[in-house]
Formats: sequence, structure tokens, C-alpha cells
Amino acid sequence: MTYPLFYFQNVAYQRILSIDKMEINPYEVTCIVGESGGGKSTILKLLNKSISPTKGTIYYHDKDLADVDSITHRRKVLYLSQKPYMFKGTIKDNLIVGFNMQGITPPKDETLEALLDKLKLKKRLNDDAQYLSGGEAQRVALARLLLLDGDVYLLDEPSSALDDKSAGIIFETIVDFSLKHQKTLVMITHTKAIANQYAHKIYTIDQGHISKEEDNG
Amino acid sequence: MVNSVIALSVPQLALGYIFIIVILFILKKRQISREKELILATFRMTFQLVVVGLLLTVVIDNPHPLITLLIVSIMVGFAVFTVFRKFKGRLSTALKKVIAVSLPVGALSSLMYFLFAVIGVEPYFNPQYVIPITGMIVGNSMTGVSLGVHTMMNRFTDNKEALETALHLGAAPKTASKHIINESFDAAIMPTLNNMLGMGIIFLPGMMTGQILSGVVPTTAIMYQIGVMLGILGGVAFSTFLSLRWGYKTFFNAQDQLR
Ligand SMILES: Nc1ncnc2c1ncn2[C@@H]1O[C@H](COP(=O)(O)OP(=O)(O)OP(=O)(O)O)[C@@H](O)[C@H]1O
Ligand SMILES: [Mg+2]
Repeated sequence: MTYPLFYFQNVAYQRILSIDKMEINPYEVTCIVGESGGGKSTILKLLNKSISPTKGTIYYHDKDLADVDSITHRRKVLYLSQKPYMFKGTIKDNLIVGFNMQGITPPKDETLEALLDKLKLKKRLNDDAQYLSGGEAQRVALARLLLLDGDVYLLDEPSSALDDKSAGIIFETIVDFSLKHQKTLVMITHTKAIANQYAHKIYTIDQGHISKEEDNG
Repeated sequence: MVNSVIALSVPQLALGYIFIIVILFILKKRQISREKELILATFRMTFQLVVVGLLLTVVIDNPHPLITLLIVSIMVGFAVFTVFRKFKGRLSTALKKVIAVSLPVGALSSLMYFLFAVIGVEPYFNPQYVIPITGMIVGNSMTGVSLGVHTMMNRFTDNKEALETALHLGAAPKTASKHIINESFDAAIMPTLNNMLGMGIIFLPGMMTGQILSGVVPTTAIMYQIGVMLGILGGVAFSTFLSLRWGYKTFFNAQDQLR
């Protein structure tokens, strides 16, 4: 039996979230579903250490997350926000921004182009990122996350701005990528079918609580 | 010779006040209701300058290192509180602390360098030099720090999404705030730089004008103006830099999260 990668113990965040126990296993796909405003994004922010619990403890690799260096942690546990933000500049600028922020050498243009291709994004690296459509921006934001060498990818509704066909391709790519490279995936999705198709474990969040926990194959 | 100075007498100044009375009269006639402000400003200007003039006369006639030090401290303290007041309670305690340290450190180190290394004031506490130059360097540094901190606060509010995204991608707070720090620094020193660009063409700087009026040969006045201008630029740049360099940290908590 593997021990969980993340473990929530009596965790609360303000009055928004209250979770007595939650486990996220390594190398698995965990999906979080539930009503709008339930606290799903808040969970991912806690995992990325963008915010810290106001009560209780989150363990990561059996260590209290409060004692882990936040920046080192975020470089390993990467978070794709629900509303992807594009920095001023080109698509390339936005793809390598993570590398610049972490002070490491960005990949070659061919690597970037190959990934855009995989995500079915028909854009050139030098195109201005400000004019991307919602779905395009979402894929650029996803791409810049996948380029970084994380252990865990936290994806907040990665397909919310996409049509069903594009969404299918994106999920296929993400899950494929994470299984092949031994990543851990935590995804929020509004589509139960997607969760059923890919997740090892599904948590349903309702008004700040876990209302259902399902093991899924 | 340029050295003859026309000392203004009280009756001569009275003529000056008569001019203001004429203006008041015109305002009244045109129903521009600014008489109160005009009278108040004239009165306060007169009162404050007379007091300062008397004080300076005493201080310059009886130079003492402790008195000079006291006056410099009061000026610096006053500058810090003026910045606090300008923000009307919008400054966090942490940011106030940063300003209370960076403004004095930045302005005073520049001041000392220019007083002692560049001008070579003798004796080192000579109030005739120290006090006016302190006024110029500290005053300008104060404006620089307010502008810089003001810009930084606005940028932190406006660029929340960019900052959050940078943090999500593993940026250290310093890296995530780099743009903001640079932009705020630009905003803070821009007025000083513009001032320097226009100097001598668009306007004659106040200090130089004053010196020339009081009989100093223009070449000497210019040398002083250049020295002081460099000191001002140094003070503005250094104190602003410190306030931003330390100030950005107050927007993050110990866990490197945005407050
Ligand atoms: N910083 C905050 N301060 C106050 N309330 C907040 C804060 N962040 C989130 N909330 C509130 O907490 C609740 C949960 O927010 P969260 O973003 O986690 O929901 P969600 O499940 O992701 O919803 P959605 O599906 O709409 O994205 C919401 O009611 C939201 O308004
Ligand atoms: Mg959400």
C-alpha cells in the first residue's frame, strides 16, 4: 500500500472549507467535482501553498506543509488557476515565464512548438498573447505548466473554456503525460463524465465539505 | 561688480503686500471666492519665513554641532511624518517602518556625502551650509519616496492576477515584484530627472537664482547648483530604492503568500 502524497487532518480555511480527512495518492489522477462556490479552488490553492489553512494540518510527503519552503514547494506542486492570466508579450514569453521566474534555462523553441501542436493550438510563438481567445489562453497556460518539471499538477477546470472535442484532446494529453512521466494529477472538473473516465479517485465537495469519496477503478 | 546686494527694507516689502491687496480687490470684483486662501497663504508664508529667518540668524550666528544635528533630525522626522500623512492611514504598519528607515538612511547618506566629500563644509556642522542643503535633499527625497510607495501600492492592487500567477509558477516574491519595483522607481525619479533636463533652459533653479540675487557670481552659483542637484538625485534615488527594496516584502507574509 502506498502512503498518501497529501494528507488533510482537520483542515479548515476561514469559513469556506472544512475537511477532516482527505488523501491524495501519488501517481494517480484525483478529480474534484461539486457545486460552484463549494470550495474546490480553495483546496488546490491550499495544496499549492498559495494559501495556508487557518486550522489543522496538511501533510505533504509526511511533512507538515507549514514547515516546507513555499517557493520550493510551488515549483514541484504547480497550480493552473481557473482564470488563466496572460503576461504582456508573446506566446513564447508566456510559455517560458515559469522558467524566467524560477531562474532556469527555458527549453528550445522546437519543444515549445511541439507542445502547442500537441494541444492543437495553431499559433506561432511570436504571436501576441493579449489577443488569444479564452480557450487558447487556457491552453497556453496549461502548456507553460506542463513544460515545468513538477511532481504534482493541480489543474483548476482546465477545459472550462473549451468545446467538447478540444476538451477531450486536452484531457487525453494531460493524463497521458502524467502517467508516462509519473506525475500526480489533481483536477477540478464540472464534467462528471471526464472524472469517471480518468480519475482513480473522485471527491465531491459540497459547501466546504467532502460529501462523497469514490474510488474509481 | 555683482557683489552689491540691495537689502530689502520693510517699507519696500509693504509695497509688495499692496500688490496683493490689489489682486484681492480684483478677485472680489470678479466674484472669485479665493480671498480667504490668498490672505491665509500670504499670512502663513510671511509668518513662517519670519520665524525661520530669525531662527536661522540665531543658529548661524551661534553654530553648534548639537543644534545643527537637532535641526537636521527635526527636518527628517517632519519629512517622514509628512509622507505618513499624505497616505491618510492607508499605509500598513510594516510599510511605515520601512519608510521611517529608508527615507532617513537614503537622504542622510547622500547628504553627508555631498556635504563632506563634495562640498567639504568646514566646520562639518556649519549651519549656513548644512541646513539649506538638508532642506533640499530631504524635501526631494520625501517626494520621491511618496511617489515610489504610492505607485507600488497601486501596482500591487492592480496586478494581483499577474502576481498570483507568478507565485503559482514558483516565483520568489522578489522576482514576482520586480516589474512593480522597477516601475515604481521610475515613477519616483522621473520628476527629478525632468527637472534636471529642463534646468537652465526652461527655468533657473531656485537655489541658484537666490544665490545670484544675493550677489554670488553665477559660476559659483552654478557649481553649487550642480553639486546640490547631484545630491538631490542621489538622495531621491537611494531613499526610494531602499523604500521599494524593503517595502515590497510587506505585501507578502512569512509563507511567501500575498497578503
Ligand atoms: N479570499 C477569499 N475571501 C473570501 N471569500 C473567498 C475567498 N476565496 C474564496 N472565497 C469564497 O469561498 C467560496 C469557495 O470558493 P472557491 O473558489 O473555492 O469555489 P469553487 O468550488 O472553486 O467554485 P467554482 O466552481 O465556481 O470555481 C466561495 O463562496 C468564494 O466566494
Ligand atoms: Mg473554482
